[in-house]
Amino acid sequence: MPAQSQKTLLKHDVPSARELAAEIAEAARFTRKHAIASIYHAGSGHPGGAMSSADIMACLFGAELNFWSDAINDPDRDRFVLSKGHGAPALYAIAAHHGFCDARAALNLRKLGSPFQGHPHVLDLPWVETSTGSLGQGFSVALGMAMGLKLQKNSARVYALLGDGELQEGEVWEAAMCAAHHKLDNLCAVIDYNKLQSDDRNDAIMRLEPLAAKWRAFDWAVAEINGHDIDEILSAFRRAGASHGRPSVIIAHTIKGKGVPYMENIPHWHGSVKLTHAQAEEALTALGAGRNEIKELLDVGDR
Amino acid sequence: MSATAEAPALIGTSGDSLREAFGKALSGLADEFPKLVVLDADIAGGTGVHHFRKSHPARFLQFGIAEQNMMAAAGGLAAVGLLPVVTTFAVFCLRAIEQARLSLAYAKRNAKIVASHPGLDVGPDGGSAQSLEDLAAFRAIPGMTVISPADPVEMALATRAILEFEGPVYMRTGRSPAMRVFGDHHTFEIGKGKIVRDGSDVTIVACGVEVSRALEAAKLLEQDGVSARVVNMATIKPIDSELLARCAEETGAIVTAEDHNIHGGLGGAVAESLAATRPCPIEFIGVKDVFGASGEPEELATLYGLTAPHIAKAAKRAIARKG
Repeated sequence: MPAQSQKTLLKHDVPSARELAAEIAEAARFTRKHAIASIYHAGSGHPGGAMSSADIMACLFGAELNFWSDAINDPDRDRFVLSKGHGAPALYAIAAHHGFCDARAALNLRKLGSPFQGHPHVLDLPWVETSTGSLGQGFSVALGMAMGLKLQKNSARVYALLGDGELQEGEVWEAAMCAAHHKLDNLCAVIDYNKLQSDDRNDAIMRLEPLAAKWRAFDWAVAEINGHDIDEILSAFRRAGASHGRPSVIIAHTIKGKGVPYMENIPHWHGSVKLTHAQAEEALTALGAGRNEIKELLDVGDR
Repeated sequence: MSATAEAPALIGTSGDSLREAFGKALSGLADEFPKLVVLDADIAGGTGVHHFRKSHPARFLQFGIAEQNMMAAAGGLAAVGLLPVVTTFAVFCLRAIEQARLSLAYAKRNAKIVASHPGLDVGPDGGSAQSLEDLAAFRAIPGMTVISPADPVEMALATRAILEFEGPVYMRTGRSPAMRVFGDHHTFEIGKGKIVRDGSDVTIVACGVEVSRALEAAKLLEQDGVSARVVNMATIKPIDSELLARCAEETGAIVTAEDHNIHGGLGGAVAESLAATRPCPIEFIGVKDVFGASGEPEELATLYGLTAPHIAKAAKRAIARKG
């Protein structure tokens, strides 16, 4: 199986841990820049959560997932479900970075006729594992995948990325109880815990804390990490992979709008927002884009 | 047609309900469909899948009392190549309808939803448990096939048909002792209605428990010199528009009969279809946009106007409206 050998190659042989971390950091920068550009072109979209989840996504696609663009139908592939479907711009960007789709095409986010809908849809993009956008559902679908893979004695793993506000959906806790009951240790949830949701801070809308204690009480293996520290993220995934008999959750503390100073920790940028050219330019500059790259991302006429 | 010349017979008690027929059929088909898995939310005894739990415990998946998670998880099971059948009461399918919409229908998953306790058939549990809206709600979901078989024979055939069919399906079973409508040589095809008694003055189009009542109504009408055709429209979506247009053409009046709100279910589907093909007078038998009460199913059918005499009266009204 080519997917297996590539995973082995990537994880254990080359590159070195330091090189891998550098590659992932570069992929995360690309993800943030591309997401900002696509939201600018769309005239709407959720930039805050795309920024906060970029490092997690970069680690998943760059090192953790046994999932490759030339093997999207391989039954043994790991599955990734973006349960916080509004994080689509980051998913499209990291997928483009890894060759699942064309990066310029993915700038057509939310456009009529484009497969890059505001929320991911499996019938539009075959490498998207399931359609999401209604919070809570992706997590249950991921649970179903994990259960089905175990039934078929398939050792592939399933990863779901959830938003923090999403945890207010009752379905999430139905699934949490169910996954622990069925001992789905092939299921790993990651919480993009940026502390903000659509209207305000989680605390003001509906308190989530004590969050780690909640997951422990549901009998999950819990890790709490800095969701912008690549080494911490990779190490948490390694520990999750070693969990036996219990599903794993990684509570990743993140900063909403991370990398774009004027967005950081401001609920407004949860979106869906329209970015002006000046705002997009300022964001891309902050993310390290040079003049030519900014021009290429924002001023392309023929996409 | 001739197979149904005799009056419908009530066969047995709970052992011959539609849910039991479904549960037994599912268990019997398990070896032929090795990818089949059955999802339950702590009511296997109520939905008939206790048979499957006993015969194939490893493929019986318990979700506890959590229908939203169960419905969406079926999407994940289908995504990894299994053939999930979600089972619960019809009213709880409504609770998880958004999961059925996004994670099953929108993603075009090959998953089946089989709902027992539809309509007034729930009986004494009362209005809270009676699902009079499910046919309308599931019919409105793009790509969702909606089926309501009429008797245990047809239920067994429909169970096989939905497993062979590729795509999301919503199917009603039933709680109460069932009338035997069809003979052993009955056939079932998704999307095809069937004339189960011929007639020339009016067509009664029915599904589920109302098919046997429609046949009784046709007998009552015959005593009054009215020739009523009865169509078993087991597939509500996609509706058999060809057969409906032919019946409208040949009999000139239609009555629809369903254990459901008169809005949006079989009646709505028939009216939409005939409006586009062969408009004619239509009368609707069903619960008239109210919630139900506690009582035995037959008592409720009388209270809410779903019995054979109600259908017969509606047929006469439809005939009187012919131009």
